[in-house]
Amino acid sequence: MAKRAAPEVNAGSMADIAFLLLIFFLVTTTIEKDKGILRSLPPIEPPNDDEVVIKEKNLFIVLLNRNDQLLVEDDPMEIKDLRQAAIEFLDNGGDGSCNYCQGKRDEASSDNPDKAIISMQHDRETSYGKYISVQNELVAAYNFLRNREAKRLYGKFYPGEDDVYNAMLAQKEKNQFKKDEELNGRIEEIKKMYPLKLSEAEPKKN
Amino acid sequence: MSKFKNKKKGELPAISTASLPDIVFMLLFFFMVATVMRDNTLLIKNSLPNANQVEKLKKDRTTFIYIGEPADRFNGKYGTEARVQINDKFSSLEGIGLAVQEYVTGLNEEFKDKFVVALKVDKEANAGLVSDVKQELRKANALKIMYVTGEGEVEE
Repeated sequence: MAKRAAPEVNAGSMADIAFLLLIFFLVTTTIEKDKGILRSLPPIEPPNDDEVVIKEKNLFIVLLNRNDQLLVEDDPMEIKDLRQAAIEFLDNGGDGSCNYCQGKRDEASSDNPDKAIISMQHDRETSYGKYISVQNELVAAYNFLRNREAKRLYGKFYPGEDDVYNAMLAQKEKNQFKKDEELNGRIEEIKKMYPLKLSEAEPKKN
Repeated sequence: MSKFKNKKKGELPAISTASLPDIVFMLLFFFMVATVMRDNTLLIKNSLPNANQVEKLKKDRTTFIYIGEPADRFNGKYGTEARVQINDKFSSLEGIGLAVQEYVTGLNEEFKDKFVVALKVDKEANAGLVSDVKQELRKANALKIMYVTGEGEVEE
């Protein structure tokens, strides 16, 4: 008997099947937001009588009231100016012990980045969106300074890179399965130059 | 007769739909790769604020706490005051510590000391409630937290 060619399978409904799957995935999945600002909370410490005295000039007080208005060091301020103000405060280096600081070395502002503390206080009714904006700007100030130092010290290893500190962190992330002690040491070094001292008081009750 | 034939000649040929499945499959694969399955049904409104100093979240060691105003369909039952949601249900502030402990118990040994609690908070919520939650987390000794945000310019 003569060999008959197999009849061709009709692929016309392939599109329908694909659409069905597509719609299923559209409905059951979401595009996840998987980024954020990482912060550490202070551990709860047993009540202590001898309070640590922090000099007024080493404190940078940021207040956010219930109407989402910003008060920085007793002056009203816009959010867009906050980053620069925080950078100037952290980078001041008033006592001269910080040889990498490029600030004004103002006697009335912070002694050195290690002593400088940013204290943020907010009201219970402050909106969370605004609160995150302020947090973001304060973290940005630290990141700016850390990046500046990273660029100065290690920029030669990352030619053409503008954001050296982030490049280092990204590299660390990439090497998470093989420890790179040198890189970790460098990152620690930079973190130590501008330690993140961002304290949050509990909100005022009223 | 020839009249009909002429008409037939002038007609446009049908557009081939043979590549339609390919296009749809392409879309399908895009969505399969770019999205993840929903693992929590949100009972609350949850539009996150934007920030630009963000780090990546490590999903293998993170548990989520959602905060926001109850969704419209629950307004009759739960009102419009912002609430805390953990794992598909509303939780009281006291329940947070327990939920965190539960999560840590089920966690891989290597992550036990570096787990992160991610806070997904609606931008309209009050910061006071967030600090209450943070206070509970401190009590539960869950000290690494992440404010999950969108990526973009901050709101003024």
